Amino acid sequence: MSERAAAARRVLGSWDVIMLIALVVVSAVGALTIDGVASPRFWRFVVLEALPIALIALPMTLVVITGEIDLSVASVLGLTCTVMGHLWASGVTSLPVLIAVSLLLGALLGAVNGLFVTGFGLPSLAVTIGTLALYRGLAYVVLGDRAVADYPTAWTTSAIAPIPGTTIPWMILVLAALAVVFAVVLHATPVGRGLYAMGNNAEAARFAGIDVRLTKFWLFVATGAMSALAGVFWTLRFASARADNGSGLELAVVAAVLLGGVSIFGGRGALLGVLAAVALLGVLRNALQLAYVPANTLTVITGALLIASVVGPNVAGMLRERLRRRRSTAPTVSPIS
Amino acid sequence: MTVTATPPAAPAEATRGTRLARRAFLARELGIGLALILLVAVTYAVNPRFLSAQNVKDLLLGSTILAILAVGQAVVVVTRNVDLSVGSVLGLSAFATGTVFVASPGLPIPLMLLIGTALGAVLGAVNGGLIAAARVPALVVTLGTLYMFRGLDYMWATGKQVNAADMPAAFLRMGTATVLGVPVLALFAVAVLVAVGYYLRHYRGGRELYAIGSDPAAARLSGIPSGRRVCFAFVASGALAGLAGVLHAARFGTIDANAGQGIELNVVAAVVVGGVAIFGGSGSVYGAALGAVLLTTIRAALPVLGVNPFWQDAAVGALILAAIGLDRALSARVGRSLRERTAHV
Repeated sequence: MSERAAAARRVLGSWDVIMLIALVVVSAVGALTIDGVASPRFWRFVVLEALPIALIALPMTLVVITGEIDLSVASVLGLTCTVMGHLWASGVTSLPVLIAVSLLLGALLGAVNGLFVTGFGLPSLAVTIGTLALYRGLAYVVLGDRAVADYPTAWTTSAIAPIPGTTIPWMILVLAALAVVFAVVLHATPVGRGLYAMGNNAEAARFAGIDVRLTKFWLFVATGAMSALAGVFWTLRFASARADNGSGLELAVVAAVLLGGVSIFGGRGALLGVLAAVALLGVLRNALQLAYVPANTLTVITGALLIASVVGPNVAGMLRERLRRRRSTAPTVSPIS
Repeated sequence: MTVTATPPAAPAEATRGTRLARRAFLARELGIGLALILLVAVTYAVNPRFLSAQNVKDLLLGSTILAILAVGQAVVVVTRNVDLSVGSVLGLSAFATGTVFVASPGLPIPLMLLIGTALGAVLGAVNGGLIAAARVPALVVTLGTLYMFRGLDYMWATGKQVNAADMPAAFLRMGTATVLGVPVLALFAVAVLVAVGYYLRHYRGGRELYAIGSDPAAARLSGIPSGRRVCFAFVASGALAGLAGVLHAARFGTIDANAGQGIELNVVAAVVVGGVAIFGGSGSVYGAALGAVLLTTIRAALPVLGVNPFWQDAAVGALILAAIGLDRALSARVGRSLRERTAHV
């Protein structure tokens, strides 16, 4: 095999490309077979729905690559919504102030996660299950079962306003800009390489001079802030701040990140695949709804995709390994696995 | 964290180290037990009716399903895995119970318990099989089956629900019946707890689950059939979730496809509060069950204590953080003194 062919195979065989191809194929098939998928309105809804998940998936990808996880994101979103609603209801009428306070709050909540994980050395899975309950609980403390819904129409319409001349919400530009920032950090800086290094072997990364704790701490802060941003968007899009906003969203985000090819054990994955996975799930969900397929079917499909995304590559690898071993006549030490 | 995984050696050769480890094991369960007693005592002092027969019965009933799920989850978590699909398994089993009873109301109750448990075991085997055979992370697989099983449940139910009126009266009576003031359902939980606890502590297979969780690579090298054992743990967790589903049906009578939705993180929380290390190798099912009772009691006690009920979730969250923090401090201390002692030998 020539070197170029090998390189081409590597690119085509990479999970990100598979996800992108799946996205294109699903969109094309949907547009051809389901009435309405080709319409601009459809894409507007896909973007609106996928935006909060995508916003949170950006930092979550980095967190999972370092071998950690943050399950509190949806609760951070909910708490931000209620605090924003509460402030609005008690007379804070400046949107920039509300946004700034929300982002600061999100960063603070993320810092609490980060402190528990990096400062006290506790497992992030357990810590963020704790803060998942804590932050959601605090959201109920702030607003109880009330809803704050009387935002100025100017705010709520501008949050979902389209880019002039299209139907696509302008918020996608914010997402794109943030995606570029995260992608550059992850894929083109020493910090990003450090994230992969600590995901593969935190000890080795530490000996290589990477400040594992500090980096992870800031990642949790970033995750909190991005979840808060998603919360601001959520509040304005639905014109409603409620304590149960976005509840259960954490599993949807984690599912998208894992489907995007990020290893739950850390050290592997890329942002392109994750964004493609978020889009794929969004398109699938909306297209199936248009085709009158019940939402439950989509739940099953999401689960099956998730399992296939980890089982597929593993089984393929095991088969390849077996073939190679059968072919090679030289005695080899079988790897313990 | 691996310290307390040391299997209890025969008394004759029990070193000071294992004795210390055992004391730490006791300290964990005792700690949760004390917290529970303190909470109950304070709440009782504020309002004596908190310990009325009816309220105690409600507390036990409320803890039963969470405790059974927590026992199953603990079996999985000691092997350094996690089972997020338990809520969906419970949902499927509960709906199956309703459907079967509507089809054949004369079915003996023990048989129904068996059917639900078997259904759960099959679903657990799907998890365990995928995890052991394809060597994929449990978190991902069980997150996937969380969605799949729930989706299947919805597709099966198609928006319908089974009403209490369609269930055999004897079955519903089981849901509220008591023996000497203790609800029958809670007796199920105790039986499960004792059986699983005994197996984990005194059987080779049970000890090997801890070994796998302490150090998966070392466990494999020492000849433990890791894949089979982990698969078994998931079958056990699934079976218990299946059993919990039948009990859920008996207790609530009315069942739709939403039964048990979102309970999985509560179960993991109960296990963590109960002192089972999330990275495997230590903790006990007794702790997990106590954790479940503690979480249920807190939710019941807060309104009695005059705390705004909206604080419930926040209190539970704070408790989880405190529990894992304490656990870390405790195991760090045990680890340090174990190292010191072995250094002197």
